[in-house]
Amino acid sequence: MDFLSYLINGLGLGSVYAIIALGYTMVYGIAKMLNFAHGDVIMVGAYVAFFSISNLGLPLIPAVLLSIVVCTVLGVVIERLAYKPLRAASALSVLITAIGVSYFLQNAAQLLWSSSTKVFPSVISNGGISWNGLTVSWLTLITIGVCVLVMICLTLFINHTKTGRAMRACSEDKGASTLMGINVNLMISITFAIGSGLAAIASVLLCAAYPSVFPTLGAMPGIKAFTAAVFGGIGSIPGAFLGGLLLGVIEIFAKAYISTQLSDAIVFAVLILVLLIKPTGLLGKRIREKV
Amino acid sequence: MKTKMKMPALLSGKYRGRTVSYSIVLVSWLILEVMMHTGNLSSLFTSLLVPVCCYVVAAIGLNLNVGISGELNLGQACFMSVGAFTAVCLSGSLGPAVPSLARLILSIVAGALVATVFGILIGIPVLKLEGDYLAIVTLAFGQIVKSLITNMYFGIDSNGFHFSFVDNNVSLAAGGKMLLNGPMGATGTDRISTFTAGIILIILSLIVVYHLIYSRSGRAIMAARDNRIAAESVGIAIFKTKMLAFGVSSCLAGAAGALYGLNYSTLVPAKFDFNTSILLLVYVVLGGLGNMTGTIIATIVLVLLPELLRSMQDYRMLIYAIVLILIMLLTNNETIRVWGQKLKNRFMTKGGAAHGRES
Repeated sequence: MDFLSYLINGLGLGSVYAIIALGYTMVYGIAKMLNFAHGDVIMVGAYVAFFSISNLGLPLIPAVLLSIVVCTVLGVVIERLAYKPLRAASALSVLITAIGVSYFLQNAAQLLWSSSTKVFPSVISNGGISWNGLTVSWLTLITIGVCVLVMICLTLFINHTKTGRAMRACSEDKGASTLMGINVNLMISITFAIGSGLAAIASVLLCAAYPSVFPTLGAMPGIKAFTAAVFGGIGSIPGAFLGGLLLGVIEIFAKAYISTQLSDAIVFAVLILVLLIKPTGLLGKRIREKV
Repeated sequence: MKTKMKMPALLSGKYRGRTVSYSIVLVSWLILEVMMHTGNLSSLFTSLLVPVCCYVVAAIGLNLNVGISGELNLGQACFMSVGAFTAVCLSGSLGPAVPSLARLILSIVAGALVATVFGILIGIPVLKLEGDYLAIVTLAFGQIVKSLITNMYFGIDSNGFHFSFVDNNVSLAAGGKMLLNGPMGATGTDRISTFTAGIILIILSLIVVYHLIYSRSGRAIMAARDNRIAAESVGIAIFKTKMLAFGVSSCLAGAAGALYGLNYSTLVPAKFDFNTSILLLVYVVLGGLGNMTGTIIATIVLVLLPELLRSMQDYRMLIYAIVLILIMLLTNNETIRVWGQKLKNRFMTKGGAAHGRES
C-alpha cells in the first residue's frame, strides 16, 4: 500500500512538472531557445493568485483565470520585447537575455512584494478518497486530472486545428512556413502565450501543495521541469508529459526509499543515465547530421 | 617614397590579444596595490579583490570550454566547489604548522588537481552528447556535486580523519576540528588567500590558455568546434581534443575555487549553485566568446557593477538585469553592429580577435 500511495503522490508532483515542462518544450520546439525565465513566470502566477485570493477575496476559479490572463500577457510581452529582436542572434545571446529576464522578474517581485515568504491560503479541502486503506488527497487527484485534461486539449489543439498545424509547420521549417503564408511571429507569440498560461495553472497547483510564495519560488521547479522536458526529449509534447510524470515519481520514490537529502542528486543521476542510453531523451527525434 | 608604419611585434597579429590581456592584469594590479598601500581603497573594494580574481580565472576556463571548444557548460561552479572544499580541507588538515604561503600553494594545486580529475570523470559521459543535451547534463552534474558536498561531514582529530555521509556521525576527540559540516560547509578556515596570489593565478591561467589556443591541439579544438565532420575526416580525435579543453577548464575552475575558499572563514556549499555557473557564463558571453581580454574586462565590470550601484540600494539588481538585457539587444542590433564594424575597420588593423566565433 505504501508503494501505491508513493506512486500516486509521485504522479501528482509529476503532473505539476509536466505542465511546466510543456511550456519549456513548446517554446524550444518552435523558437529553438531555452526560456530560462519560464520558472519566474510561475512565480508571478503564484503571486497574482495569492493576491487575488487573499486581498481581493476572489474564489479559486476566478483567481486562477486572472492569474492565467496576467501570465499569458506577461509571456507575450517578454517575447515581443526581449526575444523577438534576437531572432537572428546566436543561441547563447538569447540564453543570456532569458537569464536577464529571469533576474529582472525576480528582483521586480522582490521590490514590489518584498522578499518575505507569504503563506498561500489553503484552497482545496484537506480530505480525500479512502479505499482499502489507501488515501488519496483531493489535491493530488485534481492535479493529476488537470494535467491529463491539459494534455488532451493541447494534443487536440496541436494536431487538429489550423493554428496547431501552423505551429508545427513553424517548428519544422520557418522559411518554408513563411512562404506558405503562415505568420511565424504570431505563431511564436501564441506558443509563448500557451506556455505562460500553463505556467499560471502550474503555479496554483504548486502553491496548493507547498503553500509558500516568495520571489525565487519558480527557480527549482523551473530547473526540474526543464530537466523533465529534456528527459522526455525536448521539443516533444508527449515527451514532456512522460518526462514530467517520471521525474515526479522518481523524486518521491527516492525520497521515500533512499534518502530525502539525496533525492535531487538521484533525480539528476537518472537523467544522466537516460541521456547516455538515449542521447535525445525518451521520445526525442534523432536527427543525424549530414555532411 | 612611401613607408608603411610598422607595428611592434607584440602589438600586431596574434600577439595583440595576449599583450593587451597581460597588460590589463599587470596595470590593474599595480594601480590597486598602490591604492591599497596609500589607503585610497575602501574596505568594500579591498574585500572584493580576491573574489574578482577567482571569477576571472574561472571565467577564463569557461571561455576555453564555451568559446574555443564550443560546448555550453552550465556547471562550471561545481568544479569551483570541488576545488574550494578540497583546498579548505587540505589547508585545515595541514594546520598552522605549515607556513601560510606553502599551504596556499599546496591547497590551490590540490584543488586544481582534484577538480581536473572530476572534470575528466564528468567529461567522459558529458562529451558523448551534443548541444543542449550536453548543457543539461553539465547542469545535472552541477546539482549532483552540490548535493553530495552538502551531505559530507569531515573532521580531523588526534586519531586521524573522520568521514561520514548523509548522517552526521563524526564524533571528534577533544581538540579535534570539523572541516566540512554538511549544509553548513566549511567554518573556521584560515584566510590565507592574497590579492597577489590571485593576480599570479590569473597570469598563469592566461599563459596556459593562450599556449593551448595557439598550439596544434588548440587549432584541433577549434576545428572540431567549427566543423566536427570535417575535423574528424582529417584525423582529429574529437573526443580527446574536447576532453583536453574540458579538463583544462575544470582545472582552472578548481584553482579559482581553492583561492576563493581560502578567502573566507566560512563557506557554504550552496554558494556554488546553478546561479554561480550562470553568472560565469554571463561574463564569458558578454566579454565575447573566445576572447580572453573581453572575459577579464566583463568579469571585473560585472562583479563591480552591483557594488557601484549600491547607492541605488534596492534597485541595483533590477538595473543589473536591465543592463544585461539591453547589452544583448544592442550588440545584436543590425544597425549598431554595422556602425561598430565601420568604426573597427577605421581604427584597427587586420588580425587580432580572430578567435571568436564567426557570427
